[in-house]
Amino acid sequence: MHSRPLNPERFTPNGRRPSTRRGSWWKAVSGFCVAFPTALCALSADPQPSPTTIFNPASTPAHEIYHLSLFVLSVCLGIFLVVFTLIVYAAVKYRRRATDDNSEPPQIYGSNQVELAWTVIPILIVVVLFLASARVIHAIEDAEFPPDHLEVIAVGHQFWWEFRYPGYGFVTANELHVPVSDPDHPTPTHIVLLSADTDHSFWVPKLAGKTDLIPNRRNEMWIDPHDVGHYLGQCAQYCGIQHAKMLLNVMVDSPQDFHRWTAEQKAPAAMFDQFAAGRRVYEHNACVNCHTIAGTDSQGTFGPDLTHLMSRTTIASGAAPNDEKNLRQWIEDPNVIKPGCLMPAMQLNQQDIDALVAYLMSLR
Amino acid sequence: MAEAQPIVPPLIVSPEREASRPFVQTLHGWIVTVDHKRLGVMYFSYGILFLVVGGIEAMIMRAQLAVANNHLVSPETFNQMFTMHGTTMIFFAAMPIVFGFGNYCVPIMIGARDMAFPRLNAFGFWMSALGGIILYFSFIGGFGLYGAGSAPDVGWFAYAPLTSRAFSVGHSTDYWIVGLLVSGFGSIATGLNILTTALCMRCPGMKLNRLPLMVWMNVVTSFLVLVAVSPLTAAQIMLLIDRYLGGHFFDTQAGGSAVIWMHFFWVFGHPEVYILVLPAFGILSEVIPVFSRKPIFGYNAMVGATIAIGFISLTVWAHHMFTVGMTSYANAFFVASTSAIAVPTGIKIFNWVGTMWGGKIRFKTPMLFCLAAVAQMLIAGLTGIMLSAAPFNWQLSGSYFVVAHFHYVIVGVIVFGTFAGIYYWFPKVTGRMLSDTLGKWHFWLFLIGFHLTFDFMHIPGLLGMPRRIYTYDASRGWEGWNIIVSIGAACQAIAVLILVINVIWSLYKGREAGNDPWDAWTLEWATTSPPPAYNFAELPEVRSRRPLWDLKHPEDPDWKYE
Amino acid sequence: MAAASIAVPHPQSPPYAHYRGKIGMWCLIIAESSIFLIFVVAYLYYAGKSLSGPTPAQVLDVPIFNSICLFSSSLTIVLAERALHSGNIKRFGLCWFLTIALGVIFLVGTGREWYHLIYDDGLTIKTNLFGTTFYSLVGLHAFHVTVGIIGLTIILLLTLAGTVRQEHSYRVSVFSMYWHFVDVVWVVVLSVVYFIAR
Repeated sequence: MHSRPLNPERFTPNGRRPSTRRGSWWKAVSGFCVAFPTALCALSADPQPSPTTIFNPASTPAHEIYHLSLFVLSVCLGIFLVVFTLIVYAAVKYRRRATDDNSEPPQIYGSNQVELAWTVIPILIVVVLFLASARVIHAIEDAEFPPDHLEVIAVGHQFWWEFRYPGYGFVTANELHVPVSDPDHPTPTHIVLLSADTDHSFWVPKLAGKTDLIPNRRNEMWIDPHDVGHYLGQCAQYCGIQHAKMLLNVMVDSPQDFHRWTAEQKAPAAMFDQFAAGRRVYEHNACVNCHTIAGTDSQGTFGPDLTHLMSRTTIASGAAPNDEKNLRQWIEDPNVIKPGCLMPAMQLNQQDIDALVAYLMSLR
Repeated sequence: MAEAQPIVPPLIVSPEREASRPFVQTLHGWIVTVDHKRLGVMYFSYGILFLVVGGIEAMIMRAQLAVANNHLVSPETFNQMFTMHGTTMIFFAAMPIVFGFGNYCVPIMIGARDMAFPRLNAFGFWMSALGGIILYFSFIGGFGLYGAGSAPDVGWFAYAPLTSRAFSVGHSTDYWIVGLLVSGFGSIATGLNILTTALCMRCPGMKLNRLPLMVWMNVVTSFLVLVAVSPLTAAQIMLLIDRYLGGHFFDTQAGGSAVIWMHFFWVFGHPEVYILVLPAFGILSEVIPVFSRKPIFGYNAMVGATIAIGFISLTVWAHHMFTVGMTSYANAFFVASTSAIAVPTGIKIFNWVGTMWGGKIRFKTPMLFCLAAVAQMLIAGLTGIMLSAAPFNWQLSGSYFVVAHFHYVIVGVIVFGTFAGIYYWFPKVTGRMLSDTLGKWHFWLFLIGFHLTFDFMHIPGLLGMPRRIYTYDASRGWEGWNIIVSIGAACQAIAVLILVINVIWSLYKGREAGNDPWDAWTLEWATTSPPPAYNFAELPEVRSRRPLWDLKHPEDPDWKYE
Repeated sequence: MAAASIAVPHPQSPPYAHYRGKIGMWCLIIAESSIFLIFVVAYLYYAGKSLSGPTPAQVLDVPIFNSICLFSSSLTIVLAERALHSGNIKRFGLCWFLTIALGVIFLVGTGREWYHLIYDDGLTIKTNLFGTTFYSLVGLHAFHVTVGIIGLTIILLLTLAGTVRQEHSYRVSVFSMYWHFVDVVWVVVLSVVYFIAR
């Protein structure tokens, strides 16, 4: 037994007291403390405010995580309500009143039964949470793929994304196109993750949890988006100075649109005579050291493949919309758009830039 | 509080006030001291100074992130800010504060006159101090991009291969490595010292199961320091070998592994956060009983839970690496070990509530901070549980949800606990009381600022905002939340300013504290305020966990019931 | 510091204070073991993963003589401790000197092995993963041996000056704990580098 017998000289029984103004103030505070986090959770579940919320899944891995997260959140909310109520109750009920004498309360050292209970119950909760997590880990990491899945290799670079489609034989950059997946006949996309330099992480919250791209290591993930659309994300592992602008744009296409897109990407670069001057600027400058345009002699792989540059909605991995003004600015001095990125200012004269931009804008 | 004169135990001698001496002589006394109390004050002051510096770095970041597409600072500067903020706060603010409390409290609470190795104690402090100076020299030393100096910008956990010569040109990363190596040796020295002191310098009768919980927490912390800081030291030596001797430990081009740096770092990094939080738990475990007027509920369980936390914390490190692509079995293991650590942590929270239960709680400033810390530990622990669910972690890691979670622990529990400790022990250290009115202003402002910042910070994480980005576009929907977060930061800064004013004013004009202003029960309250250099006139002999309770209540002593 | 001029009213020693040397040394050993453990883990992790260059099987010979010397030095240090404990300073000095000599032979042997590896086999710390992890691990151990020898030498010099007496035997045994630790680490390094991962 852990407490000493009540010494009547030292124990003052707590009589019933009417609720004081101070008491109702405490109630207001504790009510606020409960309502506040609940409101926060409710607010963040609203899909409208953000295109990258984790609570609006559009693909099976994201769905699995979403359901697990609701379960974990409810368990945690339950624990919070119970324990927080106890804390507030203890603080309010056992506070020293002005009318109290200076005697000490009963000196209690512990209680075997209570302590056992609050050890066993958390152990049970932990076991349940573990089992729930283990199921989802297995479902996502050890998933098997149907034979007609799309294979994509994503290579992380400082500060852009390279996407290779080995089944189709082309390479593109920064925008990932995948076919929509019908839940009845799934056509998931399996993404192999590699890195050319340092650590990155592929995170498109609506489609899946993030997986890192680590040099000298092959990681993999998969998505099977259920709805056509444009999904946003960005690199989630600090990779250097322009980590913040290594954005992700995933276009989920209908099967016809995807077919059309792959056919366009497989084709070599557009070769129009009126843009030959620009093409010459490209081929005779250092551009070819870093970039590739299929059909020209360039085979550079340090920078993005530009063969179908205009099929993308953004440049510089999402840092700016893909239009003439930004293309021009990018070639003149990339550091205005993405300070510290690895493309140097090309030091071209205005005439060359005009021609080059015109040429690049023909690369659909 | 018992206003009647407490019984004067036979341990106190009349205080010897030193005649005022020339400033240089006083300064010299502090520099060459080996007295654990002075070293404790120096460690602590050093930590608070860097807390302010780290806070300024945080304010710069919050100003930059308050609005979308901001251009307040360049990306280079921002990246240096988050690196230096993290490194400073962990190594040069929180750890010195922890060691400061440990240094001051452990010997005096076990009835000793000083640490086991006083000179090693001084060595540890000066090494830690030197490490901080080396790190901050980086702002002006070496060559730097755009003339901004070469402060490290690789993040406080410095993932490879970003830290290799190829990606970290110049010496910024070297300042990070060397500054932490040096202070790491100091930390190991202090950990060794505290552990040996607690085991060997206890006064007669102070058995291990009569140790104050503050001492127990510091014991387990010190063991963790010995076991966990060393892997960081090893990894940093390896990184230096890579950078300067052509080694390939983390050189992925030569077949090396970036992941192994993560393993080595987090084998240090996770126990490190327990090194920081356990002493804060110790402060809570001392203050809550005194202000509830009851002994700690479940002392044995508290000790057992602390030891359990110490051991389990060595097995959870890869929950920082759930996104790295480990096998499903490895991920599941770390889910299990991480959620297991919630059990002893929960036991502690329940025990604190149990201590308050049936008590007569006095809401002085130390108790206010403790109460908030307990509630915040609950929330921080629960967000930790959320993060331990690996698939949920695949969404949350690397986002502002994680940043919110760990700040909830570090600020919400450790800093709040530190503030509680300041208000509680300031009278003992200086002989004067801090103003309770200013203390309450400090508390409420800091509480509001803390919750504005770190409650709302969870939301951008849930909305997909990664960490370590210097800017973001308004179309992501993160801007409103970021403004609120930044406002809260400003609130906290004002609150800390109030604390500084309180400390400075009270040093000169504070009410005289006397030996035992809180009517407490551990041995330090049996000395004068401040204690003499040798702490105790004669070594105390104790018969229970609360020796001063026994002295004050001779008719009803603790040792009859323990 | 004012404490020097204040006499402690009742000088007493806590009951367990005399253990603090050994407990402190154990703490240091725990911390150092953690450092070595990480280097051993790195060595094992990278075993067989070098992309090029010489492999352990090609260039490593088990340093039998060196190891016998180092293990024997643990024996001589125990003999030295016992001699000092029983008050025989001369025998203590002799055994202590032998310990140093055996340690120095070990270091010289390691140096010769490295010379051969670098100049004849072309294995340096830069060569490949094996080179990096080998020189780091063995080098870290050799560094600790060196520090030990410096400490041993200081104690030898103090002995020759006549200041080391029988009442210092506890402190000497605290130091020799460090030397035994260095020896045990060599057992681990020897097994891992020259047997398990060869």
